[in-house]
Amino acid sequence: MSSVSRKALIIRTFKYNKTSTVGLVMAMMIVMMALIAPWISPYDPISQDMNVQHAPPSWEHPFGTDSYGRDQLSRILWGSRVSLVVGILSVLFAMAAGIPLGMVGGYKGGRTDNLVNRFIDMFMSFPIVILGLLVLAVMGPGLLKIVIAIAAALTPRIARLARGSTLAIKGKEYIEAARAVGQNSGKIMFIHILPNILGEILVMGTLWVATAIIVEASLSFIGLGVRPPTPSWGAMIRDGLDQLTNAPWLSFFPGLAIFLSVFSFNLIADGLRDISDPKLRG
Amino acid sequence: MIYVLPTLWAVVTFVFFIIRMVPGGPAMAVLGSYATAESIRELEKQMGLDKPLLVQYGNFLKDLCRGDLGKSMITKRPVSSEIAKALPYTIDLTIAGMLIGIVLGVPIGIMTALKRNRAPDYIGRILSLVGISMPEFYLGILLMYVLAIKFDLFPVLGGGNMSNLGSRLHHLVLPALTLGIIMTAFISRMVRSSMLNVLKEDYVRTAKAKGLKERVVIYKHALRNALIPTVTVIGLYASILMGGSVLTEIIYSRPGLGKMMVFAVKDRDYIALQSVIIIFSAFVFLINLLTDLFYSLIDPRIEYH
Repeated sequence: MSSVSRKALIIRTFKYNKTSTVGLVMAMMIVMMALIAPWISPYDPISQDMNVQHAPPSWEHPFGTDSYGRDQLSRILWGSRVSLVVGILSVLFAMAAGIPLGMVGGYKGGRTDNLVNRFIDMFMSFPIVILGLLVLAVMGPGLLKIVIAIAAALTPRIARLARGSTLAIKGKEYIEAARAVGQNSGKIMFIHILPNILGEILVMGTLWVATAIIVEASLSFIGLGVRPPTPSWGAMIRDGLDQLTNAPWLSFFPGLAIFLSVFSFNLIADGLRDISDPKLRG
Repeated sequence: MIYVLPTLWAVVTFVFFIIRMVPGGPAMAVLGSYATAESIRELEKQMGLDKPLLVQYGNFLKDLCRGDLGKSMITKRPVSSEIAKALPYTIDLTIAGMLIGIVLGVPIGIMTALKRNRAPDYIGRILSLVGISMPEFYLGILLMYVLAIKFDLFPVLGGGNMSNLGSRLHHLVLPALTLGIIMTAFISRMVRSSMLNVLKEDYVRTAKAKGLKERVVIYKHALRNALIPTVTVIGLYASILMGGSVLTEIIYSRPGLGKMMVFAVKDRDYIALQSVIIIFSAFVFLINLLTDLFYSLIDPRIEYH
């Protein structure tokens, strides 16, 4: 499929596929929320007010307050920044590592490909959350370290996709033509293969962002997320869990925020994926 | 099959070396920065962490082959006996979660494929998207709040008494349901798309054309072929299943491997962490191996080698 018709297809998908459009609108709203959090938050997300501990949802505090009297709505608005930054950055990092790896394996074939494949198999046998947990347990907490941990877990998955796409187009005439005129393999991969496989990988990228957001939330839920008092949704749920009987809103709202963000990216991916799987289109 | 052992060895080696990359070494990490150099050396000696890295690695592999997973840095008890205690809770949970996923996911997948682009398909697809977007721990909290706290139908926490079947099952319901609902979402999506692929095949059209009943075509011709890719993918879901079980166990305070792993991280008990992670990946390998075997069983075209 040429890149022009792919572009047209993406536009058509958003025009006719309502789920993708709903997802895109939701995701844009969440990104917007993260960008303007400082201006729309009614309270400071880390300032404590011991007079209003565990206040139930009300007009002053629409999502209630936590054990330190902090406003939950403000914390959720600010928390979206951590989720989105980790979600998007870790996928970009993983692409930067995984795409070259998969392309080299798929293009070179033979022993190189075998090695790449073994590497992919090895890391795929770790559940993403567990690999992230292992890396963070060794490196210690921190925003950049979470990004690295999740990127490390996603890299083999992206490498596998890039390898498969490279294999599929490796035999095409234009690649053979490039080889025939004596272009070196680095140039062929960068100029001829990469632009042709990037579309599909970016489409899958929205799905990985959804995964990365869940993994970040899971790791902060376990207690390996950004350091307190920086608000993050997973950690808010963990803090609220002890109060589930008397203050269920402490876990309920941050969980809803995680769910809606992940859901929006999954909705986008669901429609876009039909493009890379033409048999299911229609 | 020939690839399983080297890959497993690579996984074990990776875990061994990354654990030893802890800044200051595992012993210092456990004892904290206020520990005296003497007490750190003492613990390193006890744990064999004072030997050269390659010697440690050799001993580690030797012990591993004999089923010795080392001693906990905190309790000093063999990690393997702690794992043996935790294992049944995790096995119960993962098997039950997977069973729920298959029992609900396969029929939902078939139904949504057959009613493609009609109401049941839309509802099924949206619900499965909801399921894959739902973190295990959030679904767990919601189920716990409604079914255990509000209606008091099931116990809130714990794994129950393992030797008492009633208590064991009673404590299993909510965690299994949490994991099972999420597996259902993944499996029904997969079955739907592979069923749609199969329904387009020539042999399905031929079967319909020669006047076979719709039911016969679906169950005898289409379903069997649609299940083949599904079975392989269930193997891929092994890692989602195992990862999900960790979070589910924490929510319900189920004393399984996942909880053990998170406690090992909190206590900085790196030897216990290393062993639990090795057991987890061994599980993923085992499920993949079983899937491959089952694959050759339902598809006679594939020979297992």
